[in-house]
Amino acid sequence: MTPAIELRGVTKRFATPGGGVYTALRDLTMRVAPGEFAAVVGPTGCGKSTTLALVSGLEAASAGEVLVMGRPVRGIAPGIGYVFQTDAVFPWKSVLDNVAAGPRYHGASTRAARELAREWVARVGLTGFEDRYPHQLSGGMRKRVALAQSLINEPRILLMDEPFSALDVQTRTLMENELLALWASTSASVVFVTHDLEEAIALADRVFVLTAGPATVKGDYPVDLARPRNVAEIRFEPRFARIYQEVWEDLRDEVLVSYERSRQAGD
Amino acid sequence: MNEAGRRVTERSAPARTAAATDLPARLRRRPGWRQAMVQGLRALTAVVWIGSWELAAREHWVDPFFFGMPSGIAQRLATWATEGTALGPLWEQVVVTMQETVLGFLVGSAAGVVAGVLLGRNRLLADVLSPYIKAANSIPRVVLGALFAISLGLDIKSKVATAAILVFFVVFFNAFQGVREVDRDLVANARILGAGSRRLTTEVVIPSALSWIIASLHISFGLALVGAVVGELFGATEGVGELIYNAEHNFDANGVFAGMVLLAAVALVAEALMTALEHRLIRWRPNPVTDMSI
Repeated sequence: MTPAIELRGVTKRFATPGGGVYTALRDLTMRVAPGEFAAVVGPTGCGKSTTLALVSGLEAASAGEVLVMGRPVRGIAPGIGYVFQTDAVFPWKSVLDNVAAGPRYHGASTRAARELAREWVARVGLTGFEDRYPHQLSGGMRKRVALAQSLINEPRILLMDEPFSALDVQTRTLMENELLALWASTSASVVFVTHDLEEAIALADRVFVLTAGPATVKGDYPVDLARPRNVAEIRFEPRFARIYQEVWEDLRDEVLVSYERSRQAGD
Repeated sequence: MNEAGRRVTERSAPARTAAATDLPARLRRRPGWRQAMVQGLRALTAVVWIGSWELAAREHWVDPFFFGMPSGIAQRLATWATEGTALGPLWEQVVVTMQETVLGFLVGSAAGVVAGVLLGRNRLLADVLSPYIKAANSIPRVVLGALFAISLGLDIKSKVATAAILVFFVVFFNAFQGVREVDRDLVANARILGAGSRRLTTEVVIPSALSWIIASLHISFGLALVGAVVGELFGATEGVGELIYNAEHNFDANGVFAGMVLLAAVALVAEALMTALEHRLIRWRPNPVTDMSI
């Protein structure tokens, strides 16, 4: 079967403002199957987000191949959803118009788009808040808006860049459960970038561990925990702990490397 | 007696819970008090300022021939209002200057927004034109009024052009900066959601630059007024600027001040309208950037 996402020996370099070259990814290879929920973990600043930028087409690879649904990525491909780490909902649009943006950009009439948006606003539990502006919402509610905004386009691939990292722990667990419920009703493949290994295992079918930058895949662990899962409770399962320990062995060294480097850079 | 008795009973009820309610009540009352105090001090400032001016002029500590005096200014305004000015009825002069200002403001800000967005979105164009724009910005542009008076004549066109050119640069630089400062994640998000280049401009770039643009509109309406008046000074047959020019030629200091009072009134009204517009246009924002209470 064609993988939904495939990165083959991908390298990504950026020009730094000082005239140097920064290598974010080096010879990175990974595959995500259709309908699979993949999590990408790695030390802070290792280039996790760059993988998402490459898959989405926001950035082009310096070397190697990026394939989505078996086709090489050239520019922004349709059928992709992206939930950003920061609040990327439009502050000047109401909740309803934020969610309706995708269909409108794809040519739907404002009325049809709003009707569809109303459905999605309800699905993420924001009924009654349609006319609010983002600044009037809590952080968790803004994330719900961002989720609805992405999912309304019915993406076949959903990219998420540490989407819940700014939320408090309780809200975060709630949002994780909601994400799983929403995802279960779609057939989308998900790439979920996080630095939190617990979150990665609780959500994903497969966890990729990246090395300290330049990033490449160090290990790739299937998570064979039953679904539907309750994120709040799955952490207490013995199997969860075993998987955690196994992945952590791998991740720990990279975190230490990254920590040492940041300390040296700070000195 | 009855009156006093009622007051006592009214007061005694809350007195029992005074310890609990006193503090919040005081906190609630404070903004009102402060407001009253500010208003009072403002009035006092005006009285002291105008009063001392009047006194100094009457006692000839300063020469009212050169510096005018408040009562003379008020008289001049009254005469203008009731008997008309040398150029015709007073309201006509105000209307003419207003027309020039508003037209210049509209033309200048529209051109400024269009040019700012265009150059903000097009890196090549911005790089090519930037030295010329910097050069044009560094000359004192009011002197262009003289050029416009020659080329466009003494009617409204030269004043509108002067006002517009002053407004243009301020709005242009703000719009340009606003476009450049658009959040990259917002742009990325819109593109992923399917927005094309045109949609990106109208739905993300312009709304996001709007707070910059609006802030510049506040300043530039004042500049439009400057442009219109300067344009009139360079040559005109009517308008408040021409009124001031006339007064100056007659060594009529009170007339010059009276013209200034008219301009100030016009500017204050425009400022209020502008603030209302701002609140309408960016009601999605938690609090406006420009606090114009000063």
